[in-house]
Amino acid sequence: MAKSPEEEHPHKAFGWAAKDTSGILSPFHFSRRDNGVEDVTIKILYCGVCHSDLHAAKNEWGFSRYPMVPGHEIVGLVTKTGSNVMKFKVDDRVGVGVMVNSCKSCEYCHQDLENYCPQMIFTYNAQNHDGTKTYGGYSNTIVVDQHFVVRIPDSMPSDGCAPLLCAGITVYSPMKYYGMTEPGKHLGIVGLGGLGHVAVKIGKAFGLKVTVISSSSRKEREALDRLGADSFLVSNDPAKMKAAFGTMDYIIDTVSAVHALAPFLSLLKTNGKLVTLGLPEKPLELPIFPLVLGRKLVGGSDVGGMKETQEMLDFCAKHNIAADVEVIQMDQINTAMERLAKSDVRYRFVIDVANSLAQSQL
Amino acid sequence: MEDKSFEEEHPTKAFGWAARDQSGVFSPFKFSRRSTGEKDVRFKVLFCGICHSDLHMAKNEWGTSTYPLVPGHEIVGQVTEVGSKVEKFKVGDKVGVGCMVGSCHSCDSCSNNLENYCPKMILTYSTKYHDGTITYGGYSDIMVADEHFIVRIPENLPLDAAAPLLCAGITVYSPLRFFDLDKPGMHVGVVGLGGLGHVAVKFAKAMGVKVTVISTSPGKKQEALDHLGADSFLVSRDQDGMQAAMGTMDGIIDTVSAMHPILPLIGLLKTQGKLVLVGAPEKPLELPAFPLLMGRKIVGGSCIGGMKETQEMIDFAAKNSITADIEVISMDCVNTAMDRLMKNDVRYRFVIDIGNTIKV
Repeated sequence: MAKSPEEEHPHKAFGWAAKDTSGILSPFHFSRRDNGVEDVTIKILYCGVCHSDLHAAKNEWGFSRYPMVPGHEIVGLVTKTGSNVMKFKVDDRVGVGVMVNSCKSCEYCHQDLENYCPQMIFTYNAQNHDGTKTYGGYSNTIVVDQHFVVRIPDSMPSDGCAPLLCAGITVYSPMKYYGMTEPGKHLGIVGLGGLGHVAVKIGKAFGLKVTVISSSSRKEREALDRLGADSFLVSNDPAKMKAAFGTMDYIIDTVSAVHALAPFLSLLKTNGKLVTLGLPEKPLELPIFPLVLGRKLVGGSDVGGMKETQEMLDFCAKHNIAADVEVIQMDQINTAMERLAKSDVRYRFVIDVANSLAQSQL
Repeated sequence: MEDKSFEEEHPTKAFGWAARDQSGVFSPFKFSRRSTGEKDVRFKVLFCGICHSDLHMAKNEWGTSTYPLVPGHEIVGQVTEVGSKVEKFKVGDKVGVGCMVGSCHSCDSCSNNLENYCPKMILTYSTKYHDGTITYGGYSDIMVADEHFIVRIPENLPLDAAAPLLCAGITVYSPLRFFDLDKPGMHVGVVGLGGLGHVAVKFAKAMGVKVTVISTSPGKKQEALDHLGADSFLVSRDQDGMQAAMGTMDGIIDTVSAMHPILPLIGLLKTQGKLVLVGAPEKPLELPAFPLLMGRKIVGGSCIGGMKETQEMIDFAAKNSITADIEVISMDCVNTAMDRLMKNDVRYRFVIDIGNTIKV
């Protein structure tokens, strides 16, 4: 007989979980494993609310298991370290992102690409090696293998840094991999949300010219004045889009709804690259002629390896890049999710776990 | 009346076969070629390959055709005259012309030997040339082209079997190089075993790459393995076979221009694999995001190649004794050949014996 979530592991834990496909989150008692020799136990301070949390909570991708404690943009303080842990000590400020384990022996793991390991284990809604479920950062504590923990640079604010652990690495990694870092080149960013706004900041830090492409003209002032984008393109203005045809070296497409790629491919120069990062449930529409006639390409990317995640954090610290966040209390999560579904947030909700989770415990 | 004006447009008489309208039916056509300018090379056409594009254009399937239309962009022949400023070629040389006869020579693409991506690139046929006249292709007795767009055919390549390399050859060679799918030991899939596909197999094998042909026709298996040298063969409708091959390929060159699902092809790619399309279906294809992201995979396209690379490809072919597998036909069989091409009934390229069979 399977043990209850509370009894599964030796150490009591508390969080908020989605219990069914309604995606509504509510208090949830569960447990965490003993701190093993490679492990770090973390008292969670903040956890970002990623759009993936919403997709998963509502089983939009079809592989959700309930109860589900989401959250993979975790910042906290080390409270315990295993005997093999040299990199971290108690009270260190650390982060955990999208993964908590991998096989550590395949060619991808050996190349610091744990995110592409066929046996990679997600921070939540996945199965541990011992058969138990992984539970994420909408909770008070987490125990993670040291390899999957990153150090938060001293200069970074905990709340603004949390979203970098998913959103940050998700845009940083493809920018490096696809060579989108040559100063002076022109980067278009489709969608100005959690991913998009961080991409603007990182793009500017690489010395790129950045154009934000959005369906809402109301985001223009934000994009130009506050985020530092060089220009703004309204995607449903055909005349403006046409004027921008063939002007961009790269495009990062952060939109997770189903959409046509044709208009964005037209914005690319010859040999241009479009990287799509959203995960819509249905396929995208891809016209082939522009790819062939302009030797353009569409690529995907999925977060980044651990080494690169640390590199990204250090890069952001150096350039004073943090996410723009709206801090919420744990018990406001359902309202936040509703607003997130309407993209009504500038630009990431971050749960103040340390100061609000305990209060929600019955 | 019409024909007279085509005959008088330029100083030298020429003769070819043209499609007159969207029926795509070819018939004899008298027209004319320009004088040999100072940078031009004039040659007697000996052979011209029939590319599937010729068929699309003859029937105006892409909506860009001008009639009368003389197709043919896999042209080989022997130089009869060179302009005063021509340095690379002399009378008697064996030469070829592919898909382009002009470009702007000043844009980024042209400066990088990528004339094929120049926004002002001029196609060998059915396009307006610098002088405002329409270009006519290789289903004709003579060609005049700017030296820049002429390639030398090495002595050891038979002219008839080399002709298709000028379009089919460069179309598959360029992406194998550009997308780094040319390293010994790599595993590349080739989708479609036609004019493009069979040359892709030969080039990839010569580069030391392991090749799997992916086809809808089980009947092509023996050919692919025994004759073309492919290492393995996958029938795309064979679910078990496709499943077993998932995640095994570094890249795939997809030569199919009909509508087809690319999800199974993306599944065949290893993590970081690349699917490159060189055929262009007219309508958009469905691109599933998950497999693309989860494996950091790429879908790209490629269109022929620049002139420098085209010469490099021909020289590579000569060094490795690679030519197309062809069926030589006489000029007056072109309509029958087009009918058969529509049904993919050719192994694997028709080549018109212009030199011996074109008659005024």
